[in-house]
Amino acid sequence: MKLKKLIVASSIVATGLMTNFAYAADTIKVGVLHSLSGTMAISETTLKDTVLMMIKDQNAKGGLLGKKIEPVVVDPASNWPLFAEKGRELLEKEKVDVIFGSWTSVSRKSVLPVLEELNGLMFYPVQYEGEESSKNVFYTGAAPNQQAIPAVDYLMNDLGAERFVLLGTDYVYPRTTNKILEAYLMAKGVKAEDIMINYTPFGHSDWQGIVSDVKSFGSEGKQTAVVSTVNGDANIPFYKELGNQGISAEDIPVIAFSVGEEELSGFDAKPLVGHLAAWNYFQSVETEENEAFIASWKKYIGDDKRVTNDPMEATYIGFKMWAKAVEKAGTTDVDAVEQAMIGIAVPNLTGGIAVMNPNHHLSKPVLIGEIQENGQFEVVWETPDTVIGDAWSDFLPSSKNLVSDWTAPISCGNFDVKTAKCSGQKF
Amino acid sequence: MLRLFPLLFFFVLSFNASAVVSEIQGESALPELIEQLPSTKLNKMAPLIDKIADTSEPKVRAILTPLMEGDLYYVKASKQVVSAYKNTENQYDLTDVFTAETLPAVKKSTIKKIRTNNRLRGQIRDLLGNLDLKSTDPEVRIAALKLLLDKPNETGINSVNKLFKSEEDDEARELMSTILLVQQLENGDIDEKLSAAKQLSSRLEPTVKNALVKQLDNLPKEDETKALRATLTNSISDIEQQASVFALVENLFFGLSLGSVLLLAAIGLAITFGVMGVINMAHGEMMMLGAYTTYVIQQMFPNLIEYSLLMAVPAAFLVSGFVGVLIERGVIRFLKGRPLETLLATFGISLILQQLVRTIFSPLNRQVEAPMWMSGSLEINPMLSLTYNRLYIIIFSLMVFFSLLMILKNSSLGLHVRAVSQNRDMARALSVKSSWVDAITFGLGSGIAGVAGVALSQLTNVGPNLGQAYIIDSFLVVVFGGVGNLWGTLVAAMTMGTFNKILEPSMGPVLANIIVLVSLVLFIQKRPKGLFPQKGRAAE
Repeated sequence: MKLKKLIVASSIVATGLMTNFAYAADTIKVGVLHSLSGTMAISETTLKDTVLMMIKDQNAKGGLLGKKIEPVVVDPASNWPLFAEKGRELLEKEKVDVIFGSWTSVSRKSVLPVLEELNGLMFYPVQYEGEESSKNVFYTGAAPNQQAIPAVDYLMNDLGAERFVLLGTDYVYPRTTNKILEAYLMAKGVKAEDIMINYTPFGHSDWQGIVSDVKSFGSEGKQTAVVSTVNGDANIPFYKELGNQGISAEDIPVIAFSVGEEELSGFDAKPLVGHLAAWNYFQSVETEENEAFIASWKKYIGDDKRVTNDPMEATYIGFKMWAKAVEKAGTTDVDAVEQAMIGIAVPNLTGGIAVMNPNHHLSKPVLIGEIQENGQFEVVWETPDTVIGDAWSDFLPSSKNLVSDWTAPISCGNFDVKTAKCSGQKF
Repeated sequence: MLRLFPLLFFFVLSFNASAVVSEIQGESALPELIEQLPSTKLNKMAPLIDKIADTSEPKVRAILTPLMEGDLYYVKASKQVVSAYKNTENQYDLTDVFTAETLPAVKKSTIKKIRTNNRLRGQIRDLLGNLDLKSTDPEVRIAALKLLLDKPNETGINSVNKLFKSEEDDEARELMSTILLVQQLENGDIDEKLSAAKQLSSRLEPTVKNALVKQLDNLPKEDETKALRATLTNSISDIEQQASVFALVENLFFGLSLGSVLLLAAIGLAITFGVMGVINMAHGEMMMLGAYTTYVIQQMFPNLIEYSLLMAVPAAFLVSGFVGVLIERGVIRFLKGRPLETLLATFGISLILQQLVRTIFSPLNRQVEAPMWMSGSLEINPMLSLTYNRLYIIIFSLMVFFSLLMILKNSSLGLHVRAVSQNRDMARALSVKSSWVDAITFGLGSGIAGVAGVALSQLTNVGPNLGQAYIIDSFLVVVFGGVGNLWGTLVAAMTMGTFNKILEPSMGPVLANIIVLVSLVLFIQKRPKGLFPQKGRAAE
């Protein structure tokens, strides 16, 4: 009786192990590291769905290297240290071949040491502050010279802005971007007293005092504009307060870097009409590729009212590039794929070509759009061609002389051209 | 001579003909300009809009207003320019802008919007403002005058000059005289500038101060301008003095509104903590349930958004009160006299409630709309505007506070609650059912938290984590004010709110919060019982 039980039990365990083995050998695992709850869920949940959609499409085409792709989704819940934990779980326990993840720079910085320690690979699809170029990360979002600088140029040249308010959430991305913008504005002749900078915590909802300060800063006779790097759901009470205190886009236009179609969906955008955002993609751009993408997205998610946005396009480009690189390298091994990625070109959704440069950044076009009543954006300005992403800003003394080039012979993320030294990753 | 006659005749005729032709052209000029609208690019629109306004025809308003508001379209097939409004069948009702005839409703795909941007909308607003100066409605005239004061233009100023004498409305007259005084300040001779500068010292519009400052900066430093410079400096400092007074009032308002939010959040806790000594970590979730109740009410009655808040207040009270009674009867009753266990148990309940909401609704925030009467602001003078939502919430929180005070002081329930909180054993000896009083007190405290949630839904994002943002502040207010004392809670909430808002402009919100917390810790060291501690032998 005891022996019978032992044989039955061990055979069950054996089959279990075998199927596990068999399953594991036949799939390529892709990790998804996006917040599905907390203050950033409003922005990141849709990216998780985009990766799942891309995986489904790729599997319908036969998968990759003859194997099916299996998604592994984890929820770091807008908790930055949890990003590192979940990243480790994906790489060590689940043994994923690539991760698509992160939104806030603090979450990316949190998981970066884990990626470098375990030699993982992550595609980061969101616009950010630059000053970073890791061998293990591909940055498919905009660097400051592909978003922040052209936006400020638009404010100065096209809207005649002479006073600037830089409002941001208190973490690394707004702080670094505002450092770059402050240096840029002063280099362009804007006086220090014409620049007002303010930081608020994540999820800040009491904007009365700050909006009132912006109002009085802007009523000194010179055209004033606000550059907003506020992230997450703090944007909703911010725009509501602007509307309540009667600040229209014609008086003091607000250009945002982290507000897109997704953040505006479900929000009555009538008081916001005329305010601006700077991205490399808008859902309203009319090209064949974009129409096809929007149609397949609405079909996949089963909801006609869902929108597409720039980080979704960056995820799309990143996934397509990764698939192409895997096929080129013939393997999902991180080092081989990393080298194969450089130079890969795929069409973007706005009618151009996205190219992965040696510094792990893309060439992207810059678009400035005005918010419409329906939460969409109308393009009012764009660069004639794509702009190559610059990881190290030319306007900060600490990064002026740095370049990133992951091809031989430099093979370094922060190479100082003056001293010809590679300083290595600084966490 | 006779040969010259036909020449002369034709000469005169040609004059008349050209006059007639130009008359006809004047009438047909507007339709031609309208025809150009669909094909004009965004960066060439500005001159076209100017030309349309210059025709000075009454139809101009019917063209420019929809263009500014995003309702001007053209029919793709015929390029006919129409204003289009969505009707209830998801189609668009069209009206030709020139002939004003209505056309049959069409689908969105057959019409294309004529686009504008910020600059064009501003330009149209200025042009329409000039037209509005002659409107019969005084409110419209006043709005147009305010716009003109901010952004003066020649046509507008000329109109003001002509209309000044016949203006009957007091506020409009005042605005007109301000506009004319600013013009006099900028363009008059030294004596006119002097008189204008003196009279402008009582006007609070920011444009006035900017004009005075600009005059002072551009004046050459000569003896003959000495009196003018002195007058300008005095006027500017008068205005700045008034500005700083109003800035203080505004800051006070912000502080009171933050204080009223803290009051609403903490008052329920003051009762449960004060009466029963129960540390309820699920108090924030009671507020969150109240906010979600508002969301549900708005979903159930999408056509009654204006009344949704009035309906949500009793509903939220009942929902949160009911959950509170459940918690008391189900968990807290068994943990009497064990504060640490109560803390842990209620913390666990708060997590359960959060996850419940995430499962039922969604982990993402829910959209709660603000009724029209809560949006916008009340302008007291050009330097002081109070937003309506904050104003109503201050009034509302005081109403809640005083009604709670009434209940506690004047009702039998209140009597029992006070008796139980002062000396439980004595109260029981006098046949007060102390366990029922506990349950009802907890329900009351939680119900008030639910009502606070309704107010919070108007100010902040409604999500499962809403309670977490306010629980710590609620406890701080209760401890600061003195446990069990409602007046203490009021004073504590208003003090903390005002203190925070006074520090915020100079330090930023993060540092202001830190300083408030540190000050509170130091205060508690000196007075551990808070501002208004409970007195009596039974109080520990």
